[in-house]
Amino acid sequence: MAEVRLSGLTKRFGDTLAVNQVSMNIPNGAFVTLLGPTGAGKTTILRLIAGLEQPDEGDVVIAGRSVVKDTPAQRNVAMVFQQYSLYPHMSVRENLAFPLRSPLLKTPEDEIDRKVAEVAEVLRISHKLANKATNLSGGEMQRVSIGRALVRDPSIYLMDEPLSSLDAKLRSDLRIELKRIQESLGATLLYVTHDQIEAMTMATHVGVLDRGGLVQFGSPREIYENPVNLYVAGRLGQPRINVLPADIFAGAPSGAKTIGLRPEHITQGEGKVSQVRRVEHLGDQTRLHLSLDGHSVVTLSDSHTALEPGDTLAIQPRNPLFFDASGARIS
Amino acid sequence: MSSYSITEPSSRQKWVAGTLVIAYAVITLLPLVWILTTGFKSPVDAIAYPPKVLFEPSLEGYVNLFTTRTRVSPEQLQALPPPATWYEEIVRNRDMVIAGPSRYGERFLNSVIIGFGSTFLSVFLGTLAAYAFSRFKVPLKDDLLFFILSTRMMPPIAVAIPIFLMFRTLGLSDTHLGMILLYTAVNISLAVWLLKGFIDEIPREYEEAALIDGYTRFQAFYKVVLPQAATGIASTAIFCLIFSWNEYAFAVLLTSGTAQTAPPFIPTIIGVGGQDWPAVAAGATLFLVPVMVFTILLRKHLLRGITFGAVRK
Repeated sequence: MAEVRLSGLTKRFGDTLAVNQVSMNIPNGAFVTLLGPTGAGKTTILRLIAGLEQPDEGDVVIAGRSVVKDTPAQRNVAMVFQQYSLYPHMSVRENLAFPLRSPLLKTPEDEIDRKVAEVAEVLRISHKLANKATNLSGGEMQRVSIGRALVRDPSIYLMDEPLSSLDAKLRSDLRIELKRIQESLGATLLYVTHDQIEAMTMATHVGVLDRGGLVQFGSPREIYENPVNLYVAGRLGQPRINVLPADIFAGAPSGAKTIGLRPEHITQGEGKVSQVRRVEHLGDQTRLHLSLDGHSVVTLSDSHTALEPGDTLAIQPRNPLFFDASGARIS
Repeated sequence: MSSYSITEPSSRQKWVAGTLVIAYAVITLLPLVWILTTGFKSPVDAIAYPPKVLFEPSLEGYVNLFTTRTRVSPEQLQALPPPATWYEEIVRNRDMVIAGPSRYGERFLNSVIIGFGSTFLSVFLGTLAAYAFSRFKVPLKDDLLFFILSTRMMPPIAVAIPIFLMFRTLGLSDTHLGMILLYTAVNISLAVWLLKGFIDEIPREYEEAALIDGYTRFQAFYKVVLPQAATGIASTAIFCLIFSWNEYAFAVLLTSGTAQTAPPFIPTIIGVGGQDWPAVAAGATLFLVPVMVFTILLRKHLLRGITFGAVRK
């Protein structure tokens, strides 16, 4: 395991700027999540680190050594692809053993057997080792694909939305499993996702990307509580942050254009009067869809609330976030 | 009650389909049956009219195919010791003795060397070229691919005279190497285009995964791409072999002695001692065997679908 540093990383595809001046420090043993919508450059950053793409500018430093001129093999990174990419002509066992048999590692056969058995055990695919790689369910394929990375001891694990194609149950199981494995190995892991729950629950650090640029990098809590701008504030939180004109409530700082209210940033029972439009009972919580001066606002309520559509409810901000005209945070 | 299904054909549909398949099989297989049976007929039965469906099988055609014979007078025949082998006996019944082996075996071997040699070379070069065209930024890629295809746009024999002169100058006339190179040149365009299609369909992620797993580009190519291109390579090899195995015009033009293949040789059998149709048919029958065996051996690779499903599309 090693520290990985990106500095000024830039990659263009034709006229499109896929990655724009990204600098980031991935500490040894960290679980870093890159969060952003499709096309934000998440996957390209992984491919630049892996050596599958050459950067136009900038540097990738693994364990203190620049690797931009190295081949993917020389960089000693492991990668889990979004589309599994299991070698279809091999069995599960051969797939898992493939990286260990590479000219780079040349692992002795008994060691290979031991490691493959170990990883298969952890990922609960031991009973499938003799299967052809094509003869597996989606979840099993993805676990084999993760296993092919885990058999190695690379500088960094790169994972490209490894859970995106799984069903909800399997996804939450594997999420916990992956976090546990990472902690027990002390592995450095860079994990790309557009799922904010994955980003929040697994990561020690979150990097938020927008159109190729790194907007904010910090702990999940920091990103959630102290977003640098409206874009970052909107990436995290479910239900999403409410964005209203700043002057709707009194007390906005000068220069504030919009106010960002997370559902829990709203005190009920005092302040401005709003109309209840819709009540969603989710079991553990209830969401209230309100209308405030024609703006829609979503907040949470007691799960047994007696409020019904048509009722009125006074609301008031509590620790809100203010943003200026450009979307930047005003503190 | 009759049930309706969109996947299961009705018995009437099965009956119609079965009849059509059998009719097609009869039409295509009849010439083959004709050749096969003629090879085992006596010369008289072979030209009988109406054709004999039932006949007394004879190996005379095969004996004649592999031997040269001289006619002897009955007195000379009497003077000879009794025939030592069954094939000598067949020949003696026609008032002849075996003078020596024919050149069929030699020509057949030439066909094997040239056919399989050029097939191997076409597929080998074709795979490498197709991989490069499929994966790398080759300057003028589309133009090069079109140029390669354009070599197929005229019948190869149209350039027979230039090739004849070229071969004579280069000393390639009537050599195995010359014929292998010529057939490879004709087949390579087919090989490149067919294989490029197959390799295009293999997702790049496999190679990328192999690169990251610690392999070099070339290792990724032969450990990951080649096994998955097996289907394409097998079918390309069959097409190449069928062409070079059956090729007649260039073989007549460019070979005579050492490198002559079986196709130009087989018709010459007919001139040796009357119209020996059984020997010609025997030669043709044996000539079919290698291509059939090769196709049957590679048949399992022709089944698509071995790579299906491991990459989510």
